[in-house]
Amino acid sequence: MGTLPELFLRWFDGRSWAPRPHQLAVLEAAQAGQSVLLIAPTGGGKTLAGFLPTLVELADAPQEGLHTLYVSPLKALSADVARNLTAPVSEMGLALSVETRSGDTTQEKRRKQKEQPPNILLTTPESLAVLISQPEAAAFFATLRRVVIDEAHALAGTKRGDQLALGLARLAVLAPGLQRIGLSATVAHREAIRAYVAPDARIIEMAGGAPPEIGMILPQGRLPWSGHMGLFSAPDILQAISAARMTIVFVNTRAQAELMFQELWRLNAKTLPIAIHHGSLEMAQRLRVEAAMSAGSLRAVVATSSLDLGIDWGGVDQVLQVGAPKGVSRLLQRVGRANHRMDEASRAILVPANRFEVLECEAAIAGVAASELDGDAPRPGGLDVLAQHILGCACAAPFHPDALYGEIVQAAPYAGLSRADFDATLEFVENGGYALQAYDQYRKLFRDSEGMMNIRSEQVRRLHRMNIGTIVEAPTLKVRYAGRGGGALGEIEEYFVGMLVPGDTFIFAGRLLRFVRLRETTVEVIDGGSGEPKVPAYAGGRMPLTTNLAARVRALLNTPALWQDFPEPVREWLDLQLTRSVMPGRDDLLVEIFPRGDRWYLVAYCFEGRNAHQTLGMLVTRRMERMGLQPLGFVATDYVLGVWSAVEPRDLDLLFEQDMLGEDLEAWMDESSMLKRTFRNVAVIAGLIARHYPGQDKNRRQVTVNSDLIFEVLRKHQPGHILLRATREDAARGLIDLGRIAEMLGRVKGRVRPQRLSRVSPLAVPVLLEIGRENVRTEGSDEALLEEAALIAEATGAAEPPPFRPQRLQTTYRPKKPAQGSLFG
Amino acid sequence: MTAAPIHLAGERLQLDPAGALHWPAQRLLVVADLHFEKGTAAAARGQLVPPWDTRETLAILAGLIRKYGPRTVVALGDSFHDARGAARLQERDQAQLLALGRETRFLWVLGNHDPTAPEGLPGEAVAEHRQGPLTFRHEATPGRVMGELSGHFHPKASVAVRGAMVTRPCFVTDGYRIMLPAIGAYTGGLDARDPAIAGLFPRGGRMFLVGRERLYSFPFAASRVRAQPLPGEGLRI
Repeated sequence: MGTLPELFLRWFDGRSWAPRPHQLAVLEAAQAGQSVLLIAPTGGGKTLAGFLPTLVELADAPQEGLHTLYVSPLKALSADVARNLTAPVSEMGLALSVETRSGDTTQEKRRKQKEQPPNILLTTPESLAVLISQPEAAAFFATLRRVVIDEAHALAGTKRGDQLALGLARLAVLAPGLQRIGLSATVAHREAIRAYVAPDARIIEMAGGAPPEIGMILPQGRLPWSGHMGLFSAPDILQAISAARMTIVFVNTRAQAELMFQELWRLNAKTLPIAIHHGSLEMAQRLRVEAAMSAGSLRAVVATSSLDLGIDWGGVDQVLQVGAPKGVSRLLQRVGRANHRMDEASRAILVPANRFEVLECEAAIAGVAASELDGDAPRPGGLDVLAQHILGCACAAPFHPDALYGEIVQAAPYAGLSRADFDATLEFVENGGYALQAYDQYRKLFRDSEGMMNIRSEQVRRLHRMNIGTIVEAPTLKVRYAGRGGGALGEIEEYFVGMLVPGDTFIFAGRLLRFVRLRETTVEVIDGGSGEPKVPAYAGGRMPLTTNLAARVRALLNTPALWQDFPEPVREWLDLQLTRSVMPGRDDLLVEIFPRGDRWYLVAYCFEGRNAHQTLGMLVTRRMERMGLQPLGFVATDYVLGVWSAVEPRDLDLLFEQDMLGEDLEAWMDESSMLKRTFRNVAVIAGLIARHYPGQDKNRRQVTVNSDLIFEVLRKHQPGHILLRATREDAARGLIDLGRIAEMLGRVKGRVRPQRLSRVSPLAVPVLLEIGRENVRTEGSDEALLEEAALIAEATGAAEPPPFRPQRLQTTYRPKKPAQGSLFG
Repeated sequence: MTAAPIHLAGERLQLDPAGALHWPAQRLLVVADLHFEKGTAAAARGQLVPPWDTRETLAILAGLIRKYGPRTVVALGDSFHDARGAARLQERDQAQLLALGRETRFLWVLGNHDPTAPEGLPGEAVAEHRQGPLTFRHEATPGRVMGELSGHFHPKASVAVRGAMVTRPCFVTDGYRIMLPAIGAYTGGLDARDPAIAGLFPRGGRMFLVGRERLYSFPFAASRVRAQPLPGEGLRI
């Protein structure tokens, strides 16, 4: 165990505390010159453990300049840690300085920090990237001894994590011998997190505190077959809120947050102070809510993942999860927001919105009890983040490509980066990397006679600094009250605004608003309105069910002995399935086929999450089309894929053959709007499209080129461009979720189990109810949608039909692919 | 590709799904907002976007000229993204533009992006062009007009179908004037509901969204806001 100096022991004594074993273990490792990965649950005194070695060293030998850098994913965390460090520092009379730095830090303070760096600097991955891009970086970091990486599990495997990893690799060169301490919650992939922090880090783990107590609320009356909002449980939720001190009501999407908030207030006769918090709300409003939580003046907050991480709100004593928990790790993270103290159990209540979600909740509770964590292993680093980093390095000082490559492969996410990919990325940064040498005069980097890469101009440097960061928001429009100086409420996605006509009402920021008009990039609204309000939905707002949790749900379905603890409607539902059809097995692929009306339905119980099912739906319907089965549409949920067709499906083994991941996939991916959406992020992060320009905003439209248009042109003229490759890789891991499809198709080979039925089975009812309710964008069928809209307009007399002009058949427009949702019926 | 016929000031005109307009009686083709060399303009500001936008736009223009064989091509301004755009043309693109100029007569209406006549290009530059009952100008004139064709605003529109949105460049017309969509490969758009556009069509009208092979016609709701609303007004909807 590490030894604490007398001064520190007295300080612990004075607070009637004793240093915890893991704090001393971290101190010992640090004193032995080792890097550390500390794994501990929330409330374990993790942050103090991370800082103790630094405080001891600086108490012993005060120094000038930067000694320790602390990086966390949240600005709010840095501010909170700064506050928490003040107590020991001032009470022990330590002569050391602690400062924070983020995007909000004033110019004046930044200048001071540059001249006189604090001993401890608390910052974010983005601000670190800015610091690294400055010519003074070498001097600034020369004295650095240690980096503390907070919430390492939340960073590894994300683009922000990639950026930080590259930053750490840089720091290792600027400050040789630099020590790293990673702080992480309990994770499924601990070796990967260790590699992320430092390959030679010593793992110190602290046993968990009291296990959480997780209950479930079922709605009174009938248990719904489908739907995800859980609004009918609002009375019970309100009751749970009034029985606790402070509750976080977690939901899965921002739309759900808005609706739940409305519903709770509709019932809130006692006018309990209940607030709403999600990522689209104006920052000022979010901060107000967080401050009210800290002050303990709220009884509940309806929140999305925007409150998954964050500072310790000691007052929260209950967490509710409305809707599917999606994964064990995610649930634990949320549950951990209640009772941030080790010795007390966290209290949480799950509120499933439908029958399948009851199963998922049961599975998640069992998963938590078994401490079976889940989630994907961190993926390799993105080339777009690499491009941003390369330009940042050039902004600081000229570099040699060989040296930079050697440095970058030291970062865990880039350990497998090939030299060819590095060179292609470097070339992209240099001059765009186009097959046509058009931009020689605009290149961003030039090579000098010694082979060093130099930044071309101060303008390039300035533009880069303004655009550092890897968080790309969807195209949004500001929502404001109409009239001069109307207050801002937040931002909603452009596509939602496209659906509004003046006079429409919608729910946002916990208010009922009426759309007045659109002006450039501002949506003007007034309070109130009548008629059925719309709720903005957000792309990518839903995360898919994890593989582990899906396996647990399958296991539950196959263990009838466990059903006796289930609520009665669920038990009956499952019993009925056994009489009408069969249960999906643990590792087969049950495919039910039945006629209804004039259609055939195919329901495949894949359990691979909605993203994977969405992709599978596109591929399977393409194949059915070729087999002459005349597919008409499909719908994807987290559990199953449902397809309907005019002809009875046959040859199921062929239908779910692995080779669909070949040409069909390539052909589809190229037209997929998922790819366009992914390309936008990649193009922004890689610096192809600037988000911010020096000193002006009004001309932005003139110089910004829409990423969809760039995508089209690039795809046509240089399909192998490095950014297109990066886009495909990103999409394959994210929205398209190829990994899970490939894994499943391999697993079920020879185990596709067709079940032909005369009518719909009980288990298939929920997916059939989703048909027509789905609001997800269709794929590659914009033309078909336009055609449909035009047809409706013609039929209702709102539009004139196109002129009748007999012509050769092949020039007539005919939609070629089935749309999601019914296209023809 | 099916062109849609419309009437303006008694003249029969065809709207082409590529975003152009054809006047068969005069064998005249109209295109708006070509924004040649927008790519290099972005590059000069540090965004090295793919350099093929002019080539793409020229390919569309060449296709239209092949299809209609026009005597005259009227470009409604902002043909170049900026005044120096013509000087940045790649040799091959310049050669193609010159070749097109030998096939047909070009009239370059000047726009706000290209206020001076481009040098070394075929055809003539004009502030605006009148022919028969029709007037061709870059930016629409507020108030009453008859037979005006304009560009400038890059109108686009979104249509909601079953929860999904499709957004496309569009023509907007009310029988008195017609506004053309931008045709350049890198040109974005302004929502036709924006007061800047909607205010020019106070009685409403029709919009034609460009599709891959045809146009899709939808009503364009009458605007209840003025083009230049007074501060604090426009709340009574």
